[in-house]
Amino acid sequence: METIGTDVVIVGGGLMGCSAALDLSRKGRSVVVLERGFVGAQASGVNFGLLRRQDRFLPQLPLANRAVEIWHRLENVVGEDCEVEIRGHLRFALDDEDMAVIEDYAAGAREYDFEIEILGGETLRRRWPWLSDRVVGAGWSPDDGVANPRLVTPAYARAARAAGADIREEHEAVEMTHDGGGFRIVTQNGLEVRASIMLNTAGAWSYHVSANFGEPVPLTAIGPPEAVTEPVPYFIEPTIQRVGSPVVVRQVQRGNVIIAGKPRGIADNVTNRAYVAPRSTLANMRKALEVVPSLGSLNLIRVWSGIEAALPDNLPVLGPSLTTPGLFHAFGFSGHGFQIGPAVGVVLSELAIDGRTETPIEPFTMGRFADYEGEGSDA
Amino acid sequence: MAMDDPRVVVVGAGPAGVRAAEALVKHGLRPLVIDEAPLSGGQIYRRPPPGFRRTTKELYGFEAAKAEAIHRTFDGLTDVIDYRPRTLAWNVQDRVLYTACDDVVTPVSFDALLLATGATDRVLPFPGWTLPGVYTLGGSQVALKHQGCAVGRRMVFLGSTPLLYLVAYQYARAGAEVAAVLDTAPFSAKVRAVPKLLSNTSMFVKGLYTMAALHRLGVAIEHGVRPVAVEGDDAVAGLRYRRRGEGEVRIDCDAVAFGFGLRPESQLADLADCDFRFDPVFHQWLPQCADDGRAGEGIYLAGDGARIGGADAAEVSGELAALSLIEDLGGGPGDKARSVELSRRLSSLVRFQAGLAGAFPWPADMARSLPDNAIVCRCERVTAGEVRQAVQRPLGGGCEINRAKAFSRIGMGRCQGRFCGLSSAEISAAAQDRDISSVGRLRGAGPVKPIKLATVLDE
Repeated sequence: METIGTDVVIVGGGLMGCSAALDLSRKGRSVVVLERGFVGAQASGVNFGLLRRQDRFLPQLPLANRAVEIWHRLENVVGEDCEVEIRGHLRFALDDEDMAVIEDYAAGAREYDFEIEILGGETLRRRWPWLSDRVVGAGWSPDDGVANPRLVTPAYARAARAAGADIREEHEAVEMTHDGGGFRIVTQNGLEVRASIMLNTAGAWSYHVSANFGEPVPLTAIGPPEAVTEPVPYFIEPTIQRVGSPVVVRQVQRGNVIIAGKPRGIADNVTNRAYVAPRSTLANMRKALEVVPSLGSLNLIRVWSGIEAALPDNLPVLGPSLTTPGLFHAFGFSGHGFQIGPAVGVVLSELAIDGRTETPIEPFTMGRFADYEGEGSDA
Repeated sequence: MAMDDPRVVVVGAGPAGVRAAEALVKHGLRPLVIDEAPLSGGQIYRRPPPGFRRTTKELYGFEAAKAEAIHRTFDGLTDVIDYRPRTLAWNVQDRVLYTACDDVVTPVSFDALLLATGATDRVLPFPGWTLPGVYTLGGSQVALKHQGCAVGRRMVFLGSTPLLYLVAYQYARAGAEVAAVLDTAPFSAKVRAVPKLLSNTSMFVKGLYTMAALHRLGVAIEHGVRPVAVEGDDAVAGLRYRRRGEGEVRIDCDAVAFGFGLRPESQLADLADCDFRFDPVFHQWLPQCADDGRAGEGIYLAGDGARIGGADAAEVSGELAALSLIEDLGGGPGDKARSVELSRRLSSLVRFQAGLAGAFPWPADMARSLPDNAIVCRCERVTAGEVRQAVQRPLGGGCEINRAKAFSRIGMGRCQGRFCGLSSAEISAAAQDRDISSVGRLRGAGPVKPIKLATVLDE
């Protein structure tokens, strides 16, 4: 059996795990990442790629703001082009009630140094003439945007490896124990890792890790329904989403229009397959047309999904284990982890090194589920 | 479980679907038959639009009697089945089939689903294959059969498939100039396959007849060639190729028809959770079903959509799968004697097809030696070099084909990898010096073919 001793072992090679690995490596810590499949192949790689702050849980904005700062210079951070496009996010209203929601949120966001510009219908249509006439106003956040999720995590992983991290794909952690001396992790292919600090960033598989250390959580696997049209000349620059609607639309520069929404489909973290419900596809197509009517003649050519993890209050767990010293969790991002991912990685790195972080993460405490005794779910 | 009024759906109205529908009706069922084409017959017995006057003999040659029988059978069923032509079956989930016609989606619940979805050409790219004037053999045959038009005046036929000689012959008969028939397989492969091919003497003789007829017409036939490139700026002007052990040859032509056998249209079987395995004889991933068509609870596969067997095997397997379905629905033992007889015929036909696969091998080396700048995925314009780069990059998932897709965009376009999937897998595997069966297959997703965004749901 091969045995490695390391400062930090990270279980789960998604965006959270790989960005933590990069930061830790650059700060001189030795790191081993154990990924059961391939880096960034599930939630981190199959999401919509949305770098959106509007409508985010307000106390999460410090984390999101921290991530914006990283996204804007991502190419310098990871050394690869990940198709980051900062072209703004438009959260629009179809009536006064919608508009009130946008204005309320903007007022709250200002408390967290996130400035949302309120635009009226006339301004919107002058600037983006393809928007439906029904749109009466919007909240505009020009510093938000998109990135290509398929590229981001592998880029982080390669940068981390270049900085010294030991990244092992197809290494599933099957035994995890902690004694006075630290953690001992054994993978299905017989690798033993000993570390004083452990990060649980195992996405939809995080339940196994937390429950193993006496912290069961009501985590469920979900599959985001994503769909894409044939390519047409680029005209939709910002990402667009109606207040109260899960449907979000963007266009990539090469021309395809991407539509995501709800309901989330069946995701099976045992067989590793996630299915898009045909009715979701149809419902989201219809919603997209309400916003940009001219899309009606386009063909939808492809759908995809992947395996994300959700918690009942739609907030992640981010912070120290309440049972095991040296263990830190980051999982259950419930469909909105991509934007904050790079900041989560840095926060995890700070927690691993200093045991604390300047970024407020109290709302995401594991303590929310202290009374939970049931099972997490496989599929 | 006996059902009073089982909902049985057949997808496809080619030889397999027609014979399945016929057997279902004979046993007292009223199946719903869904077909993409405006008229039944499938690809092989595709009917011309109204007003076209070519005779069945002109259209189907040796197979005219079989074509007529299939058409007659289906036309006789239209009052006792539900038939939805021009309808795409684009997804299946939780025992509901999603169909689309004229931008209206109709979900269809079923107790049993019989997929007779047919096949398309198996494509292997070579430089210039995306130039206007390059067609697949099947596509060029459809142009001739369906519309009575030739895809070129002076044509080269290229590939490794029995269709190579058949389509060349049909074009020659129809008056096109056949500049050459270029078989990528060495002649020795055919000689070696003779014992297996003799399991079906009449098919074997027809094959020999076609080759001899091309000879008589003075058509040059070459074996063991490799295409180098299609030449031309915005249309085909010629083809450069290499003879075995010799230098390059150039031949003038204004169209190239090529193909390397068939691949099943198995996306619905995939979405219905059928198992898939890599079949070394047919050199591709095939959905798994028993010889009698059973492929999962309430799911049956028949015809070329299950495994490449040709039209005769499609007829047999269609009826056989229908009999299995009837038995499973609890309507009695089906027709055991008939099932046994059909199974026997099917296994003989399948043996012949295995022989054909040996006589017309897939030239995997073409994918491996494809120049970096050649396009592999034409929907997304991804080159062989980009695929190789994606799979050789560290932490890029090795050559697992869905990872190669994520990083290179192969298979992300309109066809969703139906045409580039196998060759991309071949290139990926070769780039890491692995066997193609170890790189996996592209996962299916619905819609299996494009649907318009303005499509509405009708319930």
